[in-house]
Amino acid sequence: MSSALTRFGRLGLAYIFTATGLWLLVLMLLPLIVTIDYAFRPFLPPVDWGGPNDRYTFDNFAVVLLNKFNQTIFLKTIWASVLVTVLSLAACYPVAYTLAREKRSGRARWLAIALIIPFLVNELLRAFAWQLLLSYKGLFNQVLMSLGFISEPFDFINKNVGVIVGLVYTYLLFMILPLYTALESLDPNLVDAARDLGAPWWRIHWDVVLPHAKPGLANGCIVTFMLAAGSFAVPQLLGGTGSLWFTQLIYNQFNAINWNMGAAYAFCLVILCLVFIVIVMWLLRVRLSDIAR
Amino acid sequence: MMLMERLGRFCARAYLGLFFAYLFAPLFYMIAAAFNRSSVPTLSPWRGFTLHWFAVAWQDDRLWQALGTSFLVGCAVVVLSITLGLAGALLMSRLKARGRGLLYALLVAPVLMPGIVIGLSTAIFWDRAAQVSGFWGLAVLGQSSFISTYCMLIFMARLQRFDETLEEAALDLGASPRQVFWTVTLPYLRPALFSAVALAFIQSFENYNTTLFSIGIDETLPIYIAGKLRVGVTPAINAVACAMIAATLLAGLSFELARLYRRKRSRSRSRRIGHQAASS
Repeated sequence: MSSALTRFGRLGLAYIFTATGLWLLVLMLLPLIVTIDYAFRPFLPPVDWGGPNDRYTFDNFAVVLLNKFNQTIFLKTIWASVLVTVLSLAACYPVAYTLAREKRSGRARWLAIALIIPFLVNELLRAFAWQLLLSYKGLFNQVLMSLGFISEPFDFINKNVGVIVGLVYTYLLFMILPLYTALESLDPNLVDAARDLGAPWWRIHWDVVLPHAKPGLANGCIVTFMLAAGSFAVPQLLGGTGSLWFTQLIYNQFNAINWNMGAAYAFCLVILCLVFIVIVMWLLRVRLSDIAR
Repeated sequence: MMLMERLGRFCARAYLGLFFAYLFAPLFYMIAAAFNRSSVPTLSPWRGFTLHWFAVAWQDDRLWQALGTSFLVGCAVVVLSITLGLAGALLMSRLKARGRGLLYALLVAPVLMPGIVIGLSTAIFWDRAAQVSGFWGLAVLGQSSFISTYCMLIFMARLQRFDETLEEAALDLGASPRQVFWTVTLPYLRPALFSAVALAFIQSFENYNTTLFSIGIDETLPIYIAGKLRVGVTPAINAVACAMIAATLLAGLSFELARLYRRKRSRSRSRRIGHQAASS
């Protein structure tokens, strides 16, 4: 400690500890603790706070998890987010692989810039762009109808198609980047050696490339799933009343001033994300230190 | 074999082309629809070229107000996040004690937390602790809780390659800790500072989820856009989108050029020093 004192001085140390402490406590831990506390208490008018009815209970969670309507949406959010993750992985893997194998560094750089540009556009606007294509009178329905594939517009928005397509589009980059980083460090000689030894292309990928990319794969899947499950703007714009997302339930409770209920929903969302992380790490047999680099 | 390889390469290239079309086509469609005379944002039917919707957007006072709030929030987030992130980075880079792993996990956790949970907990906490209801200041606090982490990670990456003997030398030569910070550490951190400021501002400017829950009746640009998209969409919003994309591209381009320029300068400087060393 004395070396730290000579290094930073009293003022410097005071700054470092106060700033980090305030950040941890006031911006992160206390709000989280109060929110968890809210989740386990009933929604009461302020006069009843601290009164006999203000006790810890699981009632909020019972509503979140046992109510038929909420249950459907919760499960929908899970399977749809898993689907988004899988689709995103399928779409991004070839791109990340091609990019990582690109030998001309200038070309790879331009491709990377071209990849990043769409993601600098605000998430809301990206969802809006898809809304223009997928809405009831949107471009896709016009084209499909004029080609005679369908006789009346298909309701992409209320049939969950809009949300899934939009989520895949919105979070692609978070799948590509970790995959690319992992694949870039793969020695190309390994791939050549496997090919020279007669391995078909799918064996090369399954036995050589994918095992090497595992940490990046886990990272991409976890981040994509969490962004998808926690997304709010995309379901709001690309989902109709017939395809609600779990986060929209949180917002509805927040708007209805039932913050206790909202906190319980939020708590379930965070737990869901944690469970998903554990499952992916178990499935791919990676450790946290492999992923978070 | 040759044929298979060529076929494979063709497929890869075709896929890449399709992929980029998928990335860009929706955005081009959205931009193009801003110039259509139609009263709803679409390209079909095309009713003729117009700049009318840009004028409509330009005259919307709420838009300018939202833009102002976004700048205010963005600047406040930059100041706060840099302050907190730098402190965290200095602590993490020097801390060798046990508990470092736990502290690191705690400080990194906010970027993994869903944005709406951060927003909700910020709103609940400040309402309960200080009867403060949502306003732009709360949005600053909510956003900073995770944007500080990004700043910290940027600083930490730079500090990892820092030669600590430089600081020790300065201290041995009688510099005060404050002088060391301002003349040795901070100049070394300057590129990281540059990136952290840019990233923090962009993150704040783009943020919707956390802001929505903590901002109350104030409006940042994303909140304004979301409001416009919910009721009665006109191509004016496409015009706003168009302007925002243009601004982002310009900012990104100048950022990239500035980086290239600095790299070139530092390279030619090191080459000069190398020449001098060789000739002496």
